[in-house]
Amino acid sequence: MSCCATGTGLAPEPALQGRDAELAEMVRHPREGSSFLQLAVPAMHCGGCVAKIEREIGRLPGVANVRANLGARRVALEWRGAAARAGELARAIEELGFDVHPVDPDAEADGEKRAMRDLLMRLAVAAFAAMNIMLLSVSVWSGAEDATRDLMHLISAVIAVPAVAVAGRPFFASALSVLAHRRLNMDVPISLAVLLALGASLYEALTGGVEAYFDAAVMLLALLLVGRVLERTMRARARDAVGRLARLAPRGAQVVGADGADRWVPLAEIGPGDVVRVAAGERVPTDGVVTTGASALDRSLVTGESVAERVGAGDAVEAGVLNLSAPLELRVTAAAEDSSLATIARLIEAAEQRRGRMMRLADAAARIYAPAVHLVGLVTFLAWLALGAGWHAALWTAISVLVITCPCALGLAAPMAQVVASGVLFRRGVMLKGGDALERLAVADHAVLDKTGTLTLGRPVLAGEVTDDDLALAAGLARTSRHPLSAAVVAAARARGLRAQPVGVVEEFPGCGLIGRHGGAEVRLGAADWLGVGDDGPGGDGSGGAGAGSDGQEVWLETGGRHVRLSFEDGLRPGAKELGAALAAEGIRSEIVSGDRAPAVRALAGTLGIADWTARVTPEAKIARVDALRGEGRKVLMVGDGLNDAAALAAAHVSMAPASAADAGRAAADLVFFGESLDAVPLARRVARAARRVTLQNFALAGIYNLIAIPIAVTGNAGPLAAAIAMSLSSLVVVGNALRLNLVAPAPEGPREAAPGMRGAEAVTA
Amino acid sequence: MTNLLFLIPAALFLGGIGLAAFLWSLKSGQFDDLDGAAERILHDDDEDED
Repeated sequence: MSCCATGTGLAPEPALQGRDAELAEMVRHPREGSSFLQLAVPAMHCGGCVAKIEREIGRLPGVANVRANLGARRVALEWRGAAARAGELARAIEELGFDVHPVDPDAEADGEKRAMRDLLMRLAVAAFAAMNIMLLSVSVWSGAEDATRDLMHLISAVIAVPAVAVAGRPFFASALSVLAHRRLNMDVPISLAVLLALGASLYEALTGGVEAYFDAAVMLLALLLVGRVLERTMRARARDAVGRLARLAPRGAQVVGADGADRWVPLAEIGPGDVVRVAAGERVPTDGVVTTGASALDRSLVTGESVAERVGAGDAVEAGVLNLSAPLELRVTAAAEDSSLATIARLIEAAEQRRGRMMRLADAAARIYAPAVHLVGLVTFLAWLALGAGWHAALWTAISVLVITCPCALGLAAPMAQVVASGVLFRRGVMLKGGDALERLAVADHAVLDKTGTLTLGRPVLAGEVTDDDLALAAGLARTSRHPLSAAVVAAARARGLRAQPVGVVEEFPGCGLIGRHGGAEVRLGAADWLGVGDDGPGGDGSGGAGAGSDGQEVWLETGGRHVRLSFEDGLRPGAKELGAALAAEGIRSEIVSGDRAPAVRALAGTLGIADWTARVTPEAKIARVDALRGEGRKVLMVGDGLNDAAALAAAHVSMAPASAADAGRAAADLVFFGESLDAVPLARRVARAARRVTLQNFALAGIYNLIAIPIAVTGNAGPLAAAIAMSLSSLVVVGNALRLNLVAPAPEGPREAAPGMRGAEAVTA
Repeated sequence: MTNLLFLIPAALFLGGIGLAAFLWSLKSGQFDDLDGAAERILHDDDEDED
């Protein structure tokens, strides 16, 4: 392996096409002559995948470093040479069996990671200082006197002052910014208690006083930082795995110039009148009209309909639609920022802004708690002063009240419950975006369910009876095609453990079918009318394509003069039948709101036993429905997956989406579940309610503790030792109580069920 | 008692080493991918099969 890599940077670079150009744009150059790229690899789910990617990609010439991050499902690549190799390396990973998505290098994820490191650093400093000061305090509590005690206090002060300066900064900064807006939050009493305790203790230490609160001040910060770290862990956990992996629309497209040659042009520079070429397997960049070519389109992202649609010259296509079988040329009718996709993005944004932020439980508690603590402290100070105790004693007692009532347990109560709950859900394949999502889910009382892709799998599943031999032959043909029905044939063959038959070179006729050779004879797989069996088969309604019938989609296999019918249906998701009853048991009313046709929706509603349904609903109407329910005072749980649901997901009180959902759907949803089963919905609800219960219990525990501690502190009977014991005890009780959440939904047992979420993720991205 | 005072700097020093080690590991990215680290230990670097 030569490290000189002659010519990589010098040779004239060929013009890059499509995704390669997109990837090359995201390459960064940390050092001279070296390129760095991050890729999202959602299917990476175990140490084996990590080892495989790092070993195989690391072997490629010129690659300097490959590092896979399993927690974030990301791969970082560094190589010597030009950015143009990005596409080649991405393909190399794909050849190993992993889908890759470009990651925007300027996205906020990096800042998040830095913030987490920063918090951990502060926590380490606080914990170190707390332990050492505690060690010194023990000697004071066990009776050190005079010079020894003063020395212990002085050493404690030397440790505590810098430790508080480092560890307390997040609290001080937050308290200052809140005070600047003339409001109060939990950080105000925290900062006040820490600073007052530190200042007064410093005075005591320098003047040879008897008591000091150095240990309490630092321990307080350490415990509260634990709460902060927990809170952030939980947000990072979800965001890394389900964040905006790829954009909805490509970042650019191949524009056909006047001379007939293609050129890759960034999306922003494509305007009405341009002619763009969309290859099979690519998404349509912006709204347009087909000028040349015929192909099948997967519109499921936009309309929620799972049936592939055939288009030809003169048909209008929307941005974000996936081109399945053959290249198309489009005349652009709307610039990207005016496309239907951009309109939906704006709807999502507007819905997010409209959604009233529910006040989080912890904030609600702080709102009562913070002024109460200040008031008690102030009253204590004034009362002691009035009783003639003198400045020093009065202030000292007031400080002990502030320190003892300081909300360690309160600061841990909510985040601890949420982290344990999210851990329980994570093990069962449900990710959530933040702790408040759980709080909102716990109070939801009305479920709005999407049909295609949510209650159903959103992809065709082979339904009729076919012999193994025919299926293996059909799979041989279908293997080469991107059409959803082809994928269904291959999946069905794999499920039966069949080997696809060799059929030579397969020729694909877009919108019609496939031709190959088996055993010297021609075999064909495709639409009924194309094979000339249209008259006796159902669904010959002219919209044709490789199976675009109404309810039963179908294709026919022609072999040896026989015609074999393969029929498909949109399979129900596991757990869909029980969903209505399970939600009803949780006190949630369900209704189906779908963009699909009325007969399909009615049939499904009947099967599932859900009485309320609406069909043919546009994205705007979905939001209107959610808004109307909110107007009635209902807290809506929206479960949906498509781009057409995304705005409604954002508008609902709380929302859930399957991991197979459109990127916009996943980005808009509060909870995302991996795996196919809808059991995740009632499960998440159960855990959310349990988490809410535990959080409230924790607040009650903290309250009881204060009821006992405050009178003791106010009467001047609580010293630093009492504060230290009380603080750690109440925190332990709260943490222990939160851990009980693990009992609500124990992790599934047995190796087979070990990681349902991960298997689901693999199936989804495969 | 006074002859035990040397324990204080000793404790601070040892604790300081621990703190420094933690901060270093934090900075060098060892806490960035805890799931990955847990899995990596199970795989030999020079093992040549899946």
